[in-house]
Amino acid sequence: MSKVFEKSPAFFDTFERKPSMQKTTHYCPGCGHGIIGKIIADQLAELGLQDQAIFVGPVGCGVFIYYYFESSAVSSAHGRASAVATGVSRANPDAVTISYQGDGDLAAIGTSNAIHAANRGENMIVFFVNNNIYGMTGGQLAPTTLIDQVATTAPYGRSIKNDGFPLRMAEMMAGLEAPTLVARVGVNNPRNIRQATKVIKKGLEIQRDKKGYAFIEILSQCPTNWKKEPKEACEWIDEVVSKQYPFGVFKDLTEEREAVERPCKRVEFAEVAKQLGLVETAASDSKQLEMAHDEMHFKFAGFGGQGVLSLGMMLAQMSMQRNMEVTWLPSYGPEVRGGVANSSVVVSKTPIGTPVVDNPNVLVALNRPSLEKFGPLVPEDGLIVYNSSLIDQIPADLKCKVYALPATDLASTVGTVKAANVVVLGFIARKTGMFELADLEVFLCETFKKPALQEVNLKAVNAGWQAAGNL
Amino acid sequence: MKKLVKGNEAVVIGALVAGCDAYYGYPITPASEIAHAASEYFLPLGKVFVQAECEIGAINMVFGSSSSGQRVLTASSGPGISLKMEGISYLAGAQLPCVIVNVQRVGPGLGNIGPEQSDYFQVVKGGGHGDYRNIVLAPASVEETYRMTIEAFDLADKWRTPVFLLTDATLGQMMEPIDICEEPTQRADKPWALDAKASSNDNLVTSIYLDFDDMESHIGGLHEKYRQITETEARADVYGAAVPEIVLTGYGITGRMLHSAVDELEKRGIAATLIRPQTLWPFPSKVYQDTVKPGVPVLSVELSRGQFIEDVRLSLPGHQVKWFGRVGGNLPELGELVEQAEKCLEEASNV
Repeated sequence: MSKVFEKSPAFFDTFERKPSMQKTTHYCPGCGHGIIGKIIADQLAELGLQDQAIFVGPVGCGVFIYYYFESSAVSSAHGRASAVATGVSRANPDAVTISYQGDGDLAAIGTSNAIHAANRGENMIVFFVNNNIYGMTGGQLAPTTLIDQVATTAPYGRSIKNDGFPLRMAEMMAGLEAPTLVARVGVNNPRNIRQATKVIKKGLEIQRDKKGYAFIEILSQCPTNWKKEPKEACEWIDEVVSKQYPFGVFKDLTEEREAVERPCKRVEFAEVAKQLGLVETAASDSKQLEMAHDEMHFKFAGFGGQGVLSLGMMLAQMSMQRNMEVTWLPSYGPEVRGGVANSSVVVSKTPIGTPVVDNPNVLVALNRPSLEKFGPLVPEDGLIVYNSSLIDQIPADLKCKVYALPATDLASTVGTVKAANVVVLGFIARKTGMFELADLEVFLCETFKKPALQEVNLKAVNAGWQAAGNL
Repeated sequence: MKKLVKGNEAVVIGALVAGCDAYYGYPITPASEIAHAASEYFLPLGKVFVQAECEIGAINMVFGSSSSGQRVLTASSGPGISLKMEGISYLAGAQLPCVIVNVQRVGPGLGNIGPEQSDYFQVVKGGGHGDYRNIVLAPASVEETYRMTIEAFDLADKWRTPVFLLTDATLGQMMEPIDICEEPTQRADKPWALDAKASSNDNLVTSIYLDFDDMESHIGGLHEKYRQITETEARADVYGAAVPEIVLTGYGITGRMLHSAVDELEKRGIAATLIRPQTLWPFPSKVYQDTVKPGVPVLSVELSRGQFIEDVRLSLPGHQVKWFGRVGGNLPELGELVEQAEKCLEEASNV
């Protein structure tokens, strides 16, 4: 006599992950979960996928799915199984990633994660067990609870006005472009079980072939919370539940979809260095910069878009290449408002403490508000360069040397007002004595690779350099 | 090989040097450059980068990836970290290693995008539900951000625990040179990880233990681990006078500003010492006990209205510790810090 029914080899013989009663499941009598588990286990075994399978458990009655399957498993927070499964699937491109979720988990608290995993077309299969009620927590209203159906938090029945309509997840998922397979099946009678088996097998084959995302909604009976006898519960699915949630395959692109490979590589440092654009440079000039003080504080201020941030960055970069300690700090908070942007740069022979510049040795002010705001903070031995193309009046309370540089006009004559910051760079390099013109030119050629940009910036820096000689 | 980078980019470079496999995150100012740099570098290297649908999604992807033995990074700022907290509790409960960066901004609520240090309680004291701890590293420069990111991956693997890197808007946005070269990292064997092969069929990653005694023993195990971490990993940078008249303390960007204050005080003939904790949990209480002699005033500075100072006071029972700070996105000026220190010293001598 041939055996027609046996425990699937994909199940543990003894449920040792279960703290007690290790020969029986934790499901209530008549529950659909046991049948669903049996189908999945049989199909995993038949397809030889048991060892490749990784189960992601939900919170709800499916929380202990890992008690039964002899596969690696992870239990996730409520609603997050599809997100956890995304991480599992990306980390294990060869896995058959199985997310097993109930209606509260997937269709209420975790809807966003479920939909986005589907929309990315993650290589995973989601079993959405819809018994239109919260089982584990005690029969509360689910997003899938039927209209007028009684729940512990809908004692007068689900009301459209108060609770909205029952949510049809399979139809929603089928509306997305990425999923490969979307279907709704039942496990309430032998005919539906046969159909469910076929669809589940197909979903697992899609995973085996890495053909993307499969979503299988399974209408499942919950005699306990429905307050029905098991047989009555099975009949209720055919007579009532499946009218709201019709069975069917809503989308099936298995034939036309190709395998989706998502890399997950470990690489050597050399490859990282190449990607970061790191180049071994010849031992840089060990001679440090000559500066008026061992530590110089710069403030570059102007309108957003005048290049005050990149001006500071260029100075920091050039100083770093000359073995100086540097910090660059962009403006923040209230200073950003009113269109004033600034960057603070500290260049030092020794390690730098605070990167905040309160009293700059050098202030570059490209517009009037920044000259008014920061000018009075420059000490007597400092210097201020202001953009005389845009500023016609200077504050009375400045204590130090002040240079009027028509930076915007000079930039305009070399080709673009955008190069005003490079004009200033040339100017302050000469005035502070920190860099030679040749240093600036080499730096600009390294920074700007396009010939046209190179040309205009070289002209701009020269214009600034000349102006510093004349002023 | 020196590179001038923002603190936020330094995190990503550190992660790459540490062999990080995956980044999952959601955009938020002032942490977004971390996601920008991760997407730029991870994808061409064949590593995993996913911009998640939400912060909660991101931390749960971290959970899934870490369950699978990967070195994983995520980053956000206060409001996003609030959302991640549930997942962080699960990571701690399931003993999953990962690195989480909080580039602190101003709160509560939407606050603003300036620098603050007001997520101290959130990150150092827990934030999520349950009886757990996370290792918290607090860098004070871009270079230290880079170094500590590398270290964070090793610590996470070593102790099977989430590790936080607590920075702020200033550290994240400022640029400094970092010196990048190949670094030895200690990637742990992870025989417990999920894998698509038969040998891992018995592997289960979970934080649920239905049986009360099993759960009690699990929590006991966590806390034995936390005890060992407390004994071995706490550390602080101590700078300044060997016999101080005043001790200044602060972490992160504040600690760095106090470094300048110590120098300035020295110029004025005042012997000051800075204690800058590099780990906030475990808190380097012993360093405080060894450095602060009875009667020496302590000025604790933070960009929040009295969070960090609680741990300083717990470390120095019975000692007078004075608070100073700025909030709302403002940073104290150096002169302000020096003035506060002088005031604190004067008050102490009047007692």
